[in-house]
Amino acid sequence: MAELARRLPIPERLLPARPVLLVLVAACIFLTVGSSISTLFAQLTVAGVASGVVFGSLGLALVLIYRATEVINFAQGEMAMACVYFAYQLMLWGLSYWAAFFSTLAIAFVFGVVIQQVVIRPVQHRSVIAVVIVTVGLFILIDGLVEWKWGANQRFMPAPFGNQVYRLGGVPVARQQIGTIVIVLVCVLALWAFFRFTKVGLGMRAGALRPEAARLVGVRTNALLAVGWGLAAVLGAVAGLMTEPSQYVLSPTLMQPVLLYAFAAAVLGGLESPGGALVGGIALGVFLNLIGQYWTFVGSVLQLPVAFAALLLVLLVKPTGLFGHRSVRKV
Amino acid sequence: MTALLELNEVHARYGPVKALHGISLSVGEGEIAAVLGANGAGKTTTLRAISNTVEREGEVLLAGNALRGGPESVARLGVAHVPEGRGTFAELTVWENLRLGAYTRSGSLRDDFTRIGTYFPWLQERKHQQAGTLSGGEQQMLALARAFMQRPRLLLLDEPSLGLAPLLVTEVFRIIKELNESEGVTVLVVEQNAHIALQLAQAVYVLEVGRVALSGPSAELREHESIRRSYLGY
Repeated sequence: MAELARRLPIPERLLPARPVLLVLVAACIFLTVGSSISTLFAQLTVAGVASGVVFGSLGLALVLIYRATEVINFAQGEMAMACVYFAYQLMLWGLSYWAAFFSTLAIAFVFGVVIQQVVIRPVQHRSVIAVVIVTVGLFILIDGLVEWKWGANQRFMPAPFGNQVYRLGGVPVARQQIGTIVIVLVCVLALWAFFRFTKVGLGMRAGALRPEAARLVGVRTNALLAVGWGLAAVLGAVAGLMTEPSQYVLSPTLMQPVLLYAFAAAVLGGLESPGGALVGGIALGVFLNLIGQYWTFVGSVLQLPVAFAALLLVLLVKPTGLFGHRSVRKV
Repeated sequence: MTALLELNEVHARYGPVKALHGISLSVGEGEIAAVLGANGAGKTTTLRAISNTVEREGEVLLAGNALRGGPESVARLGVAHVPEGRGTFAELTVWENLRLGAYTRSGSLRDDFTRIGTYFPWLQERKHQQAGTLSGGEQQMLALARAFMQRPRLLLLDEPSLGLAPLLVTEVFRIIKELNESEGVTVLVVEQNAHIALQLAQAVYVLEVGRVALSGPSAELREHESIRRSYLGY
């Protein structure tokens, strides 16, 4: 494994353990072979990846906050849902879809920063439970505010990519799916580059690893925590905006199932690993799509329980998740 | 010689436990000063009082100005604190650790990295190695190099000899001396190893349960047999 890490320009800690890597490679081979045999299989796989990257994106938002504050933000999905409503409102005011899209990302960043500063920061230094309860309260608060402002009725929003369907080698692929995959991957890559190459990104990583030592070299950890919440909110907004067209309607419950899958994706990936959340999301998306189609007993109703049963099985075999490492720290 | 760092009647506490009972000391510009003492004498707390990572009262002056604000502000004023356990980020690479050292500065790091290479030649080829995989001695060197990237006026070192083999200790102290002489960095070092600290430092403060029990030029302290026996234990 160390050999492989040396040959690739990736630190060893980012690679999963060898058996996990083998399973992932086997899964990829299985999907490729299946797709070349059956058009339906290929179609389901692509659709699965498209919904999977959305789970992964929201899961990544959860991981970001978990790494920085060791807390799961239960309000992440509702924050994303609120952002979709912001976009909806902007479009009502006459903005084009993409103008509204990018404005919403900016608003989401500010939204995340404000929530961290106003709601989370006062309880930050108390117990983890206190913060978790606050995020649960936030869930209910945002839900209530959105219903109060826009009502609980379903709304309709223009789809960003239209309903066009391409045929790639005989496999029908919706433009919407390609668009979703591209947008999420671009966002994740941008985020990765931010953490890897910028000073602020490095400061955020240091602050998450060892806040005390980071402050000694001059990192303003408190301000950067807020930036972290802002970035997580942006990722959530992307997930929300990409979920909406596949559900065809906008309602305050838009992100609730997605949040559950995002939890599953994050835990599957190892909760500490950003790449793991994305891989976990894609694996989950594809798995759900295939099992829903080929195992008629499951259908669309039992997808959620089956997903969690599978998650449970994976965690029984590898408790730290696919990309997680048992944390060993020298004292 | 003007004093770069001055502590006047500094008290510090960890919750209800008082650790410093009015410490006064001063370190001249370009000087190396050592703080010695037994375990629990308040050596580490003295450094923490300077970088403000402990509840403190009293006056802490850097070049005549009071050091206020949290550790991040103190770092921005040119104080590099290498804490107990070195404060290196084991999960990050050597290069990322060095970049963090220069966090408070803007501009290119290439020149500094080249200059660091003259003190720590091996760092160049280990640039992309994870810091946690370095040996104890190398990590201590990395901590020094990181502090140097900050271009500090004042370098606070907490037991740089801890856990190192004797040969490495000599090496680390040689580099500290060199940094002090050729870069003009003022150093305040906390040590258990009184023997080597007395050789390195010009001024020495000996702490006993949170108070300065004895201070003076190191040459003087080295010569007094009785002082050496009773306070420094060798």
